[in-house]
Amino acid sequence: MVAFAGGTLPPDDVVVAALRAGDEAMFATLLDAWSRGMLRLARSYVSTGESAQEVVQDAWLAVIEGIDGFEGRSSVKTWVHRILINTAKKRSAREERAVPWSSVFERGEGAATGLPGAADGAEPPPAFWKRFSAVRPTPEDEALASEVREQIAEALAGLPVRQRVVITLRDVEGCTSEEVCEILDISTANQRVLLHRARSWVRERMKAYLETVGRPD
Amino acid sequence: MKRFSCGEVVELTPAYLDDGLDEPVRLLLEEHLVCCRECGRDLDQFRTVIGALGALPPEPPEGLREDVRDRLMSAFRGRKGH
Ligand SMILES: [Zn+2]
Repeated sequence: MVAFAGGTLPPDDVVVAALRAGDEAMFATLLDAWSRGMLRLARSYVSTGESAQEVVQDAWLAVIEGIDGFEGRSSVKTWVHRILINTAKKRSAREERAVPWSSVFERGEGAATGLPGAADGAEPPPAFWKRFSAVRPTPEDEALASEVREQIAEALAGLPVRQRVVITLRDVEGCTSEEVCEILDISTANQRVLLHRARSWVRERMKAYLETVGRPD
Repeated sequence: MKRFSCGEVVELTPAYLDDGLDEPVRLLLEEHLVCCRECGRDLDQFRTVIGALGALPPEPPEGLREDVRDRLMSAFRGRKGH
């Protein structure tokens, strides 16, 4: 996630020139910097961790294929993530055709509780996302108690796909709003609405925890 | 000088959290936050949520599978013209 913020990568023209010249170290650097975030995003669209791995693989293959034609109209990071999102969407559409709808999705969880904008809730939350809550603790994230992480994971699981992807890109992966708009091809206003709905939903779900860390009355 | 109501602050919160407010509007809003405990608490909670989301561990923790990574490295090596 630190690398995703882009602080450690060279400027885009250097990256692109290196990739075109077949610089394996540069390709490996990008792979290692962005793949984790890409897996998490892919997982918002597809049903299994295996599928997510394949989506990320296919996205990188398309990047390899397309690097010579890359025109630099967006940043490399944005370009790679657009490819990822498009690959994931196609894969998800295939899965929906292959599996009975009702077995993949939990219906109307959001609508039932009235919280995460039922208005744009055309995409109900995939049930498998719940597995996300089985996060394994590692030493470096002790700062965030596992109970809180689980609450957050469950809250994210309850979001419609569009909100979940926006909040994941912005708040989990640390993208700017400009990047998110470009990656998802949405307007600033739309991005902001989706993000705020998603944040409000997570906040609502974390209410009990937030009251304990809040200002003393 | 104009003062914001709580309702106006709530309405402006999405833009505020997204660094989308012009300086004068932002200052007016922050002035409200200093004296309104309710709105101040709301903003604090949003910031806590945002901070917690940013502290989530990688999922999956192991990242890209080793065989997938190997396949990609060799696809890169073998791309046409190289
Ligand atoms: Zn107020």
